Order: sequence, then structure tokens, then C-alpha cells
Amino acid sequence: MARGMAGKGFGMPGEVPGWVNYALLPLLNLLAAFVLSGLVILVIGENPLDVLALMVTEAVGYPEAIGYTLYYTTSYIFTGLAVAVAFHCGLFNIGGEGQAYMGGLGAGLVGLAMTGWPWPVVAVAAVLVSALFGAAWAWIPGWLQARRGSHIVITTIMFNFIAASIMTYLLVDVLIKPGQQSPETREFDPGTWLPSMDRALGWIGIEVAPSPLNLSFAWALACCALFYLFLWRTRWGYEIRTVGQNERAAVYAGISPSRNIVLAMLISGALAGFVGVNEILGVQHRLLLNFTGGVGFVGIAVALMGRNHPLGIILAALLFGMLAQGGGQVSFEYPTVNRELVMVIQGLVILFAGALENLFKPQVEALFRRPPKKNEGTRNEGRA
Amino acid sequence: MDEVFLAVILLVDATIRVATPLVLAAFAALYGERAGVVDIGLEGKMLAGAFFAAAVASSTGNPWLGLLAAVAASVALSLVHGFACITHNGNQVVSGMAINILVAGLAPTLAYAWFHQGGQTPLLPASARLPQIHLPGVEALSPIPIVGPIYREIFDDANVLIWLTVLVVVATQWVLTRTRFGLRLRAVGESPAAVDTAGISVTKLRYQAVIITGVLTGVAGAYLSTAHGAGFVRDMTAGKGYLALAALIFGKWRPWPTLFACLLFAFTDAVQVRLQGVPLPVVGVIPVQFIQMLPYVLTVLLLAGFVGKAVAPKASGIPYVKER
Repeated sequence: MARGMAGKGFGMPGEVPGWVNYALLPLLNLLAAFVLSGLVILVIGENPLDVLALMVTEAVGYPEAIGYTLYYTTSYIFTGLAVAVAFHCGLFNIGGEGQAYMGGLGAGLVGLAMTGWPWPVVAVAAVLVSALFGAAWAWIPGWLQARRGSHIVITTIMFNFIAASIMTYLLVDVLIKPGQQSPETREFDPGTWLPSMDRALGWIGIEVAPSPLNLSFAWALACCALFYLFLWRTRWGYEIRTVGQNERAAVYAGISPSRNIVLAMLISGALAGFVGVNEILGVQHRLLLNFTGGVGFVGIAVALMGRNHPLGIILAALLFGMLAQGGGQVSFEYPTVNRELVMVIQGLVILFAGALENLFKPQVEALFRRPPKKNEGTRNEGRA
Repeated sequence: MDEVFLAVILLVDATIRVATPLVLAAFAALYGERAGVVDIGLEGKMLAGAFFAAAVASSTGNPWLGLLAAVAASVALSLVHGFACITHNGNQVVSGMAINILVAGLAPTLAYAWFHQGGQTPLLPASARLPQIHLPGVEALSPIPIVGPIYREIFDDANVLIWLTVLVVVATQWVLTRTRFGLRLRAVGESPAAVDTAGISVTKLRYQAVIITGVLTGVAGAYLSTAHGAGFVRDMTAGKGYLALAALIFGKWRPWPTLFACLLFAFTDAVQVRLQGVPLPVVGVIPVQFIQMLPYVLTVLLLAGFVGKAVAPKASGIPYVKER
């Protein structure tokens, strides 16, 4: 499944310089996606350059906007890492959406139950419980893939729908605040809220504009560091990557594919679950329907663009955060543009950065191919 | 007794109407997957079909032009999928996902810009919707018990696309098992290398398959917005593409079982609407959501091998590279 996901550079060193694979090709693909998005904007009768300029201003042009952009980025980092860890094990986890939803349920239950506790305790508990809920939701498809051979793409899609049904049931019939029409829980006690970034930075004397950005952003960055250390600096990470690269080789090396598949999915689900900490404990302060709004799917794009590396994922998440914030704001300025334009651009980016990642590859590789070393000449002629 | 009988007939009628887009989409995916091209982009293609059918029908007043536009849009997306997955050996799941997200954004964006009604198309008058087919002899048969009501409620005034769907089901079974094209299609999904060795183009066969997928999903979309409904509304497919995919797997990639799975899923949906808030003996009121998730749970159980065993076409999801 993850064929070529980690970049062909790993398997075939010396073919083209690394930066071509990790920077030039993604940028070319991104450019193609933006050109097509511009065409869509032309079709609906606006000037693409004006829209783009406004989008950038609204995403990073003033302090409050940056806060919003980073708040979106936070969730995208979590789901991007979630998809990436599964990719490293050769698995395609489309279930980030459902796992994030379940993580939100975990965070929400903590928020409801821990009234009166100081926020640091609540935050730690919410991180643990949302990880637990997200991991549990990913564990079943992972286990089914490992032990019963059920295709994980399909099972995780199904689990997205099952999660949606369960959450609707819980919010409509069980957790709803009595005497209220809309399916939401009561608001958590303000003392348990995860402090927003402007409040937290205020404690150490730094003034920033108020925004939904909260401390979970720091946790997202920490997760990136942990992600790197785990995958490239521990035995478990090595085993997961080995299974992802070559399952048979892993078996011969005494590594159990099924155990690593389950482990990778558990970590993946836990990471996706952290979206719940950001959204529920950090911003909404109550549990509500559809708060995930497609973050699990954007995570796929983030992981693909970021080449499954934490640094790349941060950059890609930032890009998608800018898109979400800037694109959302554009709809207020232009009467003919609505919020869904963001999804058009997201879809095109996924198409070009993911499915069509080989589109420009032959031409670009031909441009940058290093002079073949001895005995390698014939190998590189394959697809000219 | 008569009332119960009529209720059952109406339930069957509702099941058929709900099942039609599912059957069309599931059979669309059946062609693609039997040829080795996984398609989770059914949802997006249906949505594109639904939008363009409604948009064209609403601006020209002709539902047939709408149907044509739906098929054209859906085939175009299929070709994008094919271009990514067949020509460029891209990841089929990523491509399908991209199409779903793209259309989920594009359809309301265009609707918003063109019709200024908050991401919908205007309500279609009856003349701009695909017609129902009135059968002869309804009056004559009506007094006959059992046969009369069945003929009147189920067969008479069924939408033209429902009849087309029946045709598609029968034709698919025939094409797949009785024609040269069907044999090659199945072969290319199991062992593309063997097909290639026999001198038949894998690429051409797979493109043919995804084009058929596009045509059928386009019809499914048109059914939603110009036959079953009267206009396009945001997110009108509501997961039907994924449900069709589940039905295809539940039907083990075979025509008749897939049809059965679609009818089963549609039946749970039709029952669910009628069961809302109605207490049942023994279990009491079942929350709607539990009935709604039933198809998905069943599919997972099937994939896990707890309910029979589903074996996918061997080469589905794997790009064919000659040199390998």
C-alpha cells in the first residue's frame, strides 16, 4: 500500500539529489493543484490572484489570523502524524476521522467528569483518555488486519461511519444537556478548560492576540519530536518501519508483522485522538456533533505532502492550516465564494501530491539524474 | 390484514427506491474492482452526477440533458482516476479520496456561484425531472387481490431509471460471465500479467472498466437529484457511495449477491424510517443510529471472516507495471 510513500529515495539512492524528491516534486505538484484551483475560481467569476492575496493576508497577515491558522495546524499535525505512522508500517489509515471523533468523546467525558480539578490535571487526564479512546477505535481495524486479513482501508472507512452513528446516539439520547434542543453536552467548568495560548503566554508576560490557539499546539510539536525519536531512534520504530518496507524480510528478521501492525494502529489512533483535546477541551469546551469536520482526511494530505516525516508534516499542516483559515475568511469578502472552496483546493492538493505524485517525476528525474555510476547505467533507463 | 399487506408492499416499494442508487453505484464499482481498480471515489462521482444533472436540468428544463451531463461529469472524474491510477500507477485509495473531497467542495461551490441559493440548485418542476413509467392495465388489475396492489404500488409509476437499473443488473451478470469482454475484465483483476502475456492491453481494459464505472455512477447521481429528489442539495449522497462499496464487498464482488446486499441495506434504511420511536416487543425502542450503522457493522464482520469470507479480486488496488 505505502509503495513509494516514503520517497523512492530510500530504495534507490543516487538516482536524483534528495532535494528533488523532498522539495522540488512536492512543490511542483502543489503548484499544479493551485493552478487548477485558480481555474475553478476563474470559472465562478473571480480573479484567482486577488483571492489568493486575500487568502494569504487572512491566514498570516495579522496576529489574530496567525493564531487561527496555528489552531487549525494543531489538529492537522495530529492527524498527519497519525496517518504517517500507519504509512510507515505499510498501512493506510483512513479512519483518522472516526478516531479523532472518539478521542473527542474521551476528552469530553474527562471534561464533564473532572469539574473542580485544576486544569493541568484535567489536561493530562484528557490527553491520556483521548489517546485511549482513539487507540481503541483504531485497535479493532488493526487487529482485524493483522489477525484476520481484513482490508484496513475498508474497515477504517466503516469505523468512521460507526463512530458517527455512536456519537449521534450518545449526544442525542444520553449526554445531551437536559432541556436543550441541539445535541450538545453542557459546557465544562471553566476551571478545567485547556488555557488558550494568549492566556498561557500572558502568564510569562508575552502579549498575543486572542484566538482559539491553545496549549495543545505545544503538545502537537512535542508529539512531532516524540514521533521522530520513536520511529528512527527506538527498536519499536525500527520494527514498524521494517514491516512497512518489507513484511517478509521482517518475518525473517524475527519481527512479528501482526504485532507491529496492531502497535502502529494503536499509536495512529492515539495521535488522531488528540484532535479531541484541541477541539473539545481547548476550544469548544463541550462535546458536540461533527466537530472533526474532515481533519482525518486532511491528515492524509498532510502526511503525503510531508513525506511522512515530522518536519515535513509540520510544514504541510501549516499550509493546510493557512488554507483552512484563509479560505474560510475569503467567503466573507466575496459573495460568490463559499467555505467549500477550501475543500476544492484540499482535494486538488491530495490528487496532485498523492495520487499523481509521479506525474512530473520522469521529466524532473531526467533533468536532475546524476551521471550513472558503474553497473548502474542500465537500471535507470526503465521509464523514459 | 389488508392494511398489513399494503404496509409491506409500501415497504418493498420504498426499499426499491432507496436501493436504486446503491445498486447502480455498487455495480459501477463492480466493473472497476473486477478489473483491478479500487474505487472509493464513488461518493464523489455520484455527487458530481447529482449536481450536474440538477444544474443542467434546471437551466435547460430537460432532464435527459441533465442525465447526459451527469454521466459526462462522472466519466470525466473516472478518467482522472484512471489517469492517476492506471497511467501513472498512483495510489488508488488516495486518488478516490481526493475525488471525494474535491467534489464535496466543488459541487456546492459551483452551485453557490451559479444559482445563488446557498449551495443548492433551484427546485425542479415535474417537467424537468426524469419521468415515471405508467404501465397499462392498472385499473383493470386493481380489484384482483394481492396481484392488483403489487402491480399498482410497485411496478406502476416506477421511475425510468429504476427500470434501467434492472436492466443494468441483468446485463452485468451476462456481460461478466457470458462475454469475451467480461472474461478479460475478470482476468485483468486477478492476473494482469497473464492478460498482458496473451497480448491484450491491460491499460485499455482498465480504462474501459473505469469508464463504465463513471457512466453508472453518473446515472446514480442523476437518479438522486432528478428522479428521486427534485434538485441538488449539499452533501446529497450522504455516504451512499461508501455504502455501495460496503454492499459490493458484502456481495463478494458478484452481481446477484451484490444486488441482494444493496436491497438488504436499503431495506434496513426503509425500516429504520418507519421504526423511529416505535417500541418493539422484547427490545423496546431501538435507537435509529444502531439501525443506521448495521450495514457497516455487517460489512466489518464479513471482512473479518465471521460471516462467510470475502475474497477480493487478487490484483485489485495494485497498479500494473510491465517491467515488474
